[in-house]
Order: sequence, then structure tokens, then C-alpha cells
Amino acid sequence: MDTQRPKHLVLILAREFASNLSTPTLIADARGNLVYYNEAAEAVVGRRFSEMGVMPADEFAAEFEPRTLASEPLPLEQRPVRIALDERRAAHLRYLVTSADGVEREIEVTAFPLFAQTDEFVGIVAIFWRV
Amino acid sequence: MPLRLKIWGCRGSIATPGTETVAFGGNTSCVEVLLDGDEALVLDAGTGIRGLGLDLVRRNKRRIHLFLTHLHLDHLEGLRFFAPLWDEKVTLDVWGPRSPVLGLRERILRSFSPPLFPIDFRDVPARITFHDLPGKPWRSAGISLSSELVLHPGPTVGFRLQAGGSTVAYLPDHEPALAGIHGRSIDWISGGGLAGGADVVLHDAQYLEEEYDGKIGWGHSSLADAVAFCDAVGADRLVLFHHEPERADRALESLEQRARELTPADRSPPELAREGMILEVS
Repeated sequence: MDTQRPKHLVLILAREFASNLSTPTLIADARGNLVYYNEAAEAVVGRRFSEMGVMPADEFAAEFEPRTLASEPLPLEQRPVRIALDERRAAHLRYLVTSADGVEREIEVTAFPLFAQTDEFVGIVAIFWRV
Repeated sequence: MPLRLKIWGCRGSIATPGTETVAFGGNTSCVEVLLDGDEALVLDAGTGIRGLGLDLVRRNKRRIHLFLTHLHLDHLEGLRFFAPLWDEKVTLDVWGPRSPVLGLRERILRSFSPPLFPIDFRDVPARITFHDLPGKPWRSAGISLSSELVLHPGPTVGFRLQAGGSTVAYLPDHEPALAGIHGRSIDWISGGGLAGGADVVLHDAQYLEEEYDGKIGWGHSSLADAVAFCDAVGADRLVLFHHEPERADRALESLEQRARELTPADRSPPELAREGMILEVS
């Protein structure tokens, strides 16, 4: 994985924005690699981003066993991050995860695509809340 | 052949002619990449391009590539007085950052029409073509170039130029500190992909540290941030660019001394850009 690839300015600005938010926020690049999450997200994830490094966003999400509110496995194509990456549109969903402390939690996730110029897709931002 | 550049304008924001700006010059941003043959490659069209244009006519350069970092007036205002425009034998390709709203041509031509200018663009005899900058590296006049959006208000790019094993980064208007320099890996620093490992970086250093505090977000760097940027991206030689209009020659000399104090010992000492300066990059 080419982790040293220069980041698009929009991702750099998104990271700076996220780093100043108290809302858990993560950023993935156009290839679907999780490239950053903020300190507020670290509290939920249970690890600092600097300890984890860049990884595919799907792989990251799988660690938290996302499930529907009926406790069924949540298909990839219904996950807001995946929708923002694949369909390049905003998406929102409430679902269940098992957080780092082993507790099942209900969360809401909003993900949206980042377009730098008229048609230049550079990644996505996902914001999540504990319900 | 390694890159050779000539600075025709390095003043920031507004032209500042006068007895106090003779040594470093009062013209706004314009840099020529010196080439053999009938082609010319130019970075920005500040007021420095007026003198360059007269020189290009004398040198019979008729295929001109102009690359604009952005369209703020101090980078564009010389274009209307660029002598090659008035020669029908000249071919001018103008490249600039894309905008989500209007094409480059439409944006530039606003300044070529009344009430801002008496002559309509249709009456300009040179053959002019406007291009959005490509998203990938490209070659022009034998030089490899790439551009990236960088931190400055509005769509603004910097350029990386490579030839003959030499690399130059041109970032005349840039405020990387706004999104962080210290503690960031190079891939997360605005402009890092352009300036990384460059032999020479022409970089915005408009403000002293104490001035910057009141101007955060204006799009320009403090001297300390320019030095820190070059250090963080592993560039060698910093050329301080986009001089504050209020800064007279003697004050600029003090600024250069301060930059040298801030620079790590293993780097080349920073120097001030000045009109007429020729940078031999090896």
C-alpha cells in the first residue's frame, strides 16, 4: 500500500478540520483506504490512529462487526462508508457495532464524498455518533 | 540540461516601484525557465512579465507556455502588457488551475474587457489557447512538470519542474502551516508532493513571525514556516519569494539573515529572490 502518496489538498484540509472536531470522524481516500481518524474516534476505536496506520476502510470496519438493528450482519453495500465510496453520494444509517471495550453499541454514521474539482473524487468523510 | 531560471518579479500582492525596492525589485510574480530555441516557459504573469515580454520579443521567442498558479491579480495583471500578445506570429498556451465554476478562459478574459481594459480580447493578434492544468505530470518544452492544489484562498496550485536531474518547486503563494507542518509526514503537508526532495524551492515568505499572527488564513507564510516547510519536505535550497510590499531592501536583508539563523546547518542557506536573479540548479 502506497501510504506516502501525497494527499490531495482536500484530504489535508479535511484532516485538519476533523482534528479539531469533538465528533468522531474518519477519512478514507479515493481507493477506500482509511487514512485518518481523529482523537474523538480513537476513544471509540480504542487505538490511536498513529498506532494502527493506513488500512482498507472495510477491513477496519470489520473489526467492529457491524450489524443491523435486528442483529443481522450488515452487508457491505448498505454501509454508509461503502456507499459514499462506491456510489459517491451521501448516506446515513443507524446500526450496531461491538466497540473496542467489547460492548455492543448502537451508532449512527453519516458518510459523504469529497469532490475537489468538478469531477475529481478524492475520498470520503464519515462522522459517527453513539446513539 | 539542468534547470536554469530567471526571476522577473518576486514582490507579493502589489507592485512596489521606488527607490527603496531597487535591490530586490518591485514587480510581482513572474519566473522564466531559460530554454534554448524558440520556446519560452513562464511561471505566472505578475507585472514582471512586462519586462520579460520585451525580452522575449528581442530573443525572437514565439512559442510561449505560460503556467499560472492562480488568478489573483498580482499573478495576472502583467498579462495585458505582455508584448508577445501583440504579435500574430506568436503562439501562447496559457495553463491554470481548474475552477468548479468557470473555465480558465472566461475567468482571465474578465480582465481583458471594459471597464478594466480598453481593448477587447478578440483584438489580440497572438494565437492564444487556454488549458486547465492536467491532473497528471506532463512535459512542455522539454521540461517535466506537475502541479497540485496547495493551501491558498481559491483554486491555487504550485509547480514542480524537473530537467537534467534537477528539480525546482515553485510555491509563491502558500500557507502550509494552516493545515500543519510540524509533526506531519510529508504526504500530509500541503505542497509536500511538489517540494519533496527538491534542489530549489521558491516559496512564499511574506511575513515575519510576529506579523503572521495577525494574518493567519490570508494565504501566505511566515519566514519561519517557509524554513520549516523546506526542512519538513527535505528540500535543499530555499529561495524566499513573494516579498511583503511594505518591506524595503534593507528590511529584506534582515529577513534573509533571520532565515539563515532558522535553517538547519545541513541545508543550503536561504536567500532572497530578487529581480534579475538567475538560478542555476544542479
